[in-house]
Amino acid sequence: MKKLAFLIVTFVFCGPAQAETATIAVAANFTDATRDIVPLFEKATGHTVKVSYGSTGKLYAQIENGAPFDAFLAADINRPSKAERDGLAVNGTRFTYAKGKLALWSAKPGRFEDGGAYLKTGDFERVAIANPKTAPYGLAALQVLEHLALDHELQGKLVQGDSIAQTFQFVVSGNAEIGFVALSQVRAWKGDKGSAWEIPEPYYAPIEQQAILLTRGADNPAAWAFLAFLKGAEARTVITRYGYGVE
Amino acid sequence: MDPDWQAVTLTVKLATLTTLILLVVGTPIAWWLARSRHWIKRPIASVVALPLVLPPTVLGFYLLVLMGPNGPLGHATTALGLGTLPFTFAGLVAASVCYSLPFVVQPLQNAFESIGERPLEVAATLRASPLDCFLTVAAPLARPGFLTAAVLAFAHTVGEFGVVLMIGGSIPGETKVLSIAIYDHVETLEYGHAHWLAGGMLLFSFLVLLILHQANGRLDKWGRS
Repeated sequence: MKKLAFLIVTFVFCGPAQAETATIAVAANFTDATRDIVPLFEKATGHTVKVSYGSTGKLYAQIENGAPFDAFLAADINRPSKAERDGLAVNGTRFTYAKGKLALWSAKPGRFEDGGAYLKTGDFERVAIANPKTAPYGLAALQVLEHLALDHELQGKLVQGDSIAQTFQFVVSGNAEIGFVALSQVRAWKGDKGSAWEIPEPYYAPIEQQAILLTRGADNPAAWAFLAFLKGAEARTVITRYGYGVE
Repeated sequence: MDPDWQAVTLTVKLATLTTLILLVVGTPIAWWLARSRHWIKRPIASVVALPLVLPPTVLGFYLLVLMGPNGPLGHATTALGLGTLPFTFAGLVAASVCYSLPFVVQPLQNAFESIGERPLEVAATLRASPLDCFLTVAAPLARPGFLTAAVLAFAHTVGEFGVVLMIGGSIPGETKVLSIAIYDHVETLEYGHAHWLAGGMLLFSFLVLLILHQANGRLDKWGRS
């Protein structure tokens, strides 16, 4: 009997020592890449990963309120460094996993070649952007409009998605003719290619997407392993395939 | 205008307009449901009650598809020169009317049913026309029902969130209603603003229910005496 109890204890506490589960908060723009990376990671390490997607700001607010995440893949530098400063994350684990690119996109093919010129025509009813307060891609979109000196003119035409995922959905459904989305979403989109304009880099501040290990994941080998895997060649291949830059 | 205050006035405007439209649309439906014995009554009553049980996301999804540029409603509104409804105030009114419909129809239907056949038969034998019967007999007797319906429609529209999140686009002064403003404040960790709006909502909801209970108690007594 004692032996059996010992066995059970061994299984429960030591059994999964090799295979752990990590819960990870991922910025919405990185959804498609994550869906490709997770199976590769699980196959390579035997660990399991559960993922929550949302805008960077929303996820950060959840983390601050004690959401059970082990790691955070944000779409900016601000939130991960804030998490580090506020003691919500493990010092020194922060790194840039991808450099995001912004695109102007329409579901209709042939709507524009040069999106900048098209924006100036004003020949549209609605422009979808992600909520600039919570989504770094929305902030970048505002910077582009400021760069083109269109921010005041287009104010009344902007509709805000809750995250870059909803913003993309607004454009796919045609409810907004055009929208500022992540280039990765355009790359991942399986439907009609529509019209896309990859926005020149000087138009907006670089979108450096950083990941960090959260305090809750400090003792979780799966969380450590996932962040390490994210830096590896296999993950980087996926990341570049979706149009991101890597360091 | 202060953005929070703008969200409050927009919400009041939306709820008022929705309530008025619902009273006009809901009354004949409730009257018919209360009086009809046709077999189709039950299917219709079920359709009217659907928003009570459906997740708001289901309603939001269908409205987005139907009212969008590729949906039948979207085609119709575009043909009429109105453009498409998602992301507009008019779109929110249309969505709220669907969403709050059962909150008007059900209290009214109950009120009409509780009048019974007798008073209307008496009025009819005194040669009152059906419209006369309704206006001078049924409607005054159903007064508590109208009050409940109006208050619930207003309050339920104020409390709407999921549908607006899906079809609103959070445009200040146009579709950024109170519930969305609170959500935004919470997401951006502006808890001070969130507290003001949320606290206000809590107080408002409590007062609405209190007034409703008070008024219904008084109207009941008035009806019986």
